[in-house]
Amino acid sequence: MLQNYLPVLIFLGIAGGLGIVLLALGFLFGSGGKDAEKLSPYECGFEAFEDSRMKFDVRYYLVAILFIIFDLEIAFLFPWAVSLDSIGGFGLLAMGLFLGVLVVGFIYEWKKGALEWD
Amino acid sequence: MKRVLTLLVVSLLASGVALAQTGADAGFWAGLPDPLRLTILTTAQVVGVTVVLILCVAYMTLAERKIIGYIQNRIGPNRVGFKGLLQPFADVFKLLFKEVVVPTNSSRFLFIIAPLLSIIPTFAPWTVMPISDSFVLADIDAGLLYVLALTSMGVYGVILAGWATNSKYALLGAMRSAAQIVAYEIAMGFALVGVLMAAGSLNLGDIILAQQGGVLNWFWLWLAPLFVIYFISGVAETNRAPFDVAEGESEIVAGFHVEYSGVAFAVFFLAEYANMILIAALTAIFFLGGWLSPFEGLLGADSFLGQPSFFWFALKTSFFLFCFLWFRATFPRYRYDQIMRLGWKVFIPITIVWIAVEGVFVWNKVGPWSHLATAGS
Repeated sequence: MLQNYLPVLIFLGIAGGLGIVLLALGFLFGSGGKDAEKLSPYECGFEAFEDSRMKFDVRYYLVAILFIIFDLEIAFLFPWAVSLDSIGGFGLLAMGLFLGVLVVGFIYEWKKGALEWD
Repeated sequence: MKRVLTLLVVSLLASGVALAQTGADAGFWAGLPDPLRLTILTTAQVVGVTVVLILCVAYMTLAERKIIGYIQNRIGPNRVGFKGLLQPFADVFKLLFKEVVVPTNSSRFLFIIAPLLSIIPTFAPWTVMPISDSFVLADIDAGLLYVLALTSMGVYGVILAGWATNSKYALLGAMRSAAQIVAYEIAMGFALVGVLMAAGSLNLGDIILAQQGGVLNWFWLWLAPLFVIYFISGVAETNRAPFDVAEGESEIVAGFHVEYSGVAFAVFFLAEYANMILIAALTAIFFLGGWLSPFEGLLGADSFLGQPSFFWFALKTSFFLFCFLWFRATFPRYRYDQIMRLGWKVFIPITIVWIAVEGVFVWNKVGPWSHLATAGS
């Protein structure tokens, strides 16, 4: 049983190894000297003004929150979808109720303008 | 240089022959403990799949340049090798000998780890992909969950790259990409719930088997809205045109990988194309019956076209890959607010509605679910 998962582990290792080998080759064979101009961040020919790690729009924060809610919902839907033909009408109604509550929330967000992007 | 390369090739060949001889020496092979033999065999298979995948990516880049070239009435690369067939290798060697620049302001460690984080989740899902009716590396029941978990990891590579670079373009690109991937992942997840309701299993092989019985039994018909949404979300998820605002070369030069050069850039490139192949293959598996033949029941099961095989899987995957290129050559880039509107206000409502509709189908046992009535499960 657990043996089935062996390729998963090996593939993760090989994929990582592939990336490491490629990067190592790059650092090994890569040519060229370093100077301050080359190593400074690209900003269309200007000197970089300030640290670029600035505060960004709260909208991204809202998107992240919404994402968590919906992704959790999907996580709940997965086992339900797989066992749907054995739980029948009751399961369907229960999930309908659950989804209904979330849909009401979704409509509220929509009306509040949380999904607007301008 | 040439001499070194020749030496390398010769020594590789020699070690290969030596390995084959030890392999033929059955006593040595049989003498190994079972777990070790299994590990060696599996590793060989994994390496094989990885190599094939890398070749696919290489020729995908060539196909992209050729196809878009012909769409734009150009010829595309045709100098390296016969009709340009060696172009991808020329590109790889060029990138290999380019300097990997690590900008002064960047966080060095994160800067180097980011490409790794984006390449692992694009290659590793192939463990559970049913490549043909007889070959899958790991036939596990949580296959779909594993794929979903890994593809969700992909966004970390992008975010880390943007953050570690410490350049404004990179940060903007990373933020855009993250918000976009996150928005479309929900639509994608809902579409997958529809597939699960139809298939009743998380095992990718079982999902294909649930679509047996000819073209009309494949899920594309009953789940048509989910099919379209899944593929479009896949295009958005991979940051490909027309959803490529994360790269947007005319606005933020190249987005999150603006400061990556040489091989570090190549790794991101590899990840992006491997991701495209992954999405195309998944769409083929979920909605077009994976390795099932469209002539099932029409042609004899012993004829080449009538039997399920790798050929059909490859053909369907190639079709979706062609669509990726076709979209890129056809559509202008979306504006960012349009992308977010499409994801949140169009795709998510449609998928929720279709899941409800499908629930009613399942309840009343119509269409592909009519067998449930007789199975009595």
